[in-house]
Amino acid sequence: MTAVLLTCAVLLTVAGALALIRAERGPSMLDRTVALDILVTVVVAAVALYASAERRADVVPILVVLSLVGFVGSTTIARFASVEPAGEGRVRTREEIAAEEAERIRAEEEAEEARRARRAREAEGAASDAPRPAADPAEVRAEHAAHGDEARRARVVADEDRREHGADRHVDEHGAGEHDEGSAR
Amino acid sequence: MSWDWDVVADVVASICLIGGALLALAAGVGVLRFPDLLSRMHAGTKPQVLGLILVLIGLSLRLRSGGAVWALVLVALFQMLTAPVAAHLVGRAGYRTGKVRRDLLVVDELTDAQDQATRRGTPPEDAPGSSARG
Repeated sequence: MTAVLLTCAVLLTVAGALALIRAERGPSMLDRTVALDILVTVVVAAVALYASAERRADVVPILVVLSLVGFVGSTTIARFASVEPAGEGRVRTREEIAAEEAERIRAEEEAEEARRARRAREAEGAASDAPRPAADPAEVRAEHAAHGDEARRARVVADEDRREHGADRHVDEHGAGEHDEGSAR
Repeated sequence: MSWDWDVVADVVASICLIGGALLALAAGVGVLRFPDLLSRMHAGTKPQVLGLILVLIGLSLRLRSGGAVWALVLVALFQMLTAPVAAHLVGRAGYRTGKVRRDLLVVDELTDAQDQATRRGTPPEDAPGSSARG
């Protein structure tokens, strides 16, 4: 029995190594999926081998869980990640990552600049609107009060704007390509 | 002539375990050496069903206890249900993203059927490249 177990262990190790080589080389994500499926099967076989060597029945639930997880993984990859842009299967170099980061920061600053310019324009428009001749001092007082109110409200709105922007930036850390939306607003 | 049934069970279990491990090795070699996605899938599905069932038979012959064997039957059933689904999804995604090498195929019924449907005036929904999602 020991010889059999040793033979099986060697065979499974070689199989797993070969599948791992294919998973590393695999030109596309689907080739890697197939290779990793084989790897999951090899792991299942190895756990079963261990259980039969030690006559342990308590590792059987591991087999159930492994077969479940392997199915979910390959199905998800095939369903959602079948479209890969050219060059996606490649690990990026440090310089490329730095360039992408610089581009992202530049776009963010541009969006911020556009927002500030728009806000300045709006403030100018409001200022040219504001001074109106008023006969009654009471009306002037009321006008002032209203303006103060409006200014405070404007400040609140700006704060909210900034908070929104902060949330935007948070999103950007995860998925690039949301800047255009920000600058268009 | 009297049989020692424990020894018989152990020998059969050994044969099954070695068979399963050999199938896994065949899958490893095949997935490394075959040229395109579909032939790699062909190699990879050998240990997923037959190899796994052999290994589980070997294990249950070694364990010889009721509850564990039922759990192993469950594993085999689940694998037989899910392996075709996963293989179908992978193959479809591979076809739609153009990872199938036409020069290696003997018969290509899907492309023929799509051509016929296109000629009949149905919009070609499944043409590779036109729509990769689905």
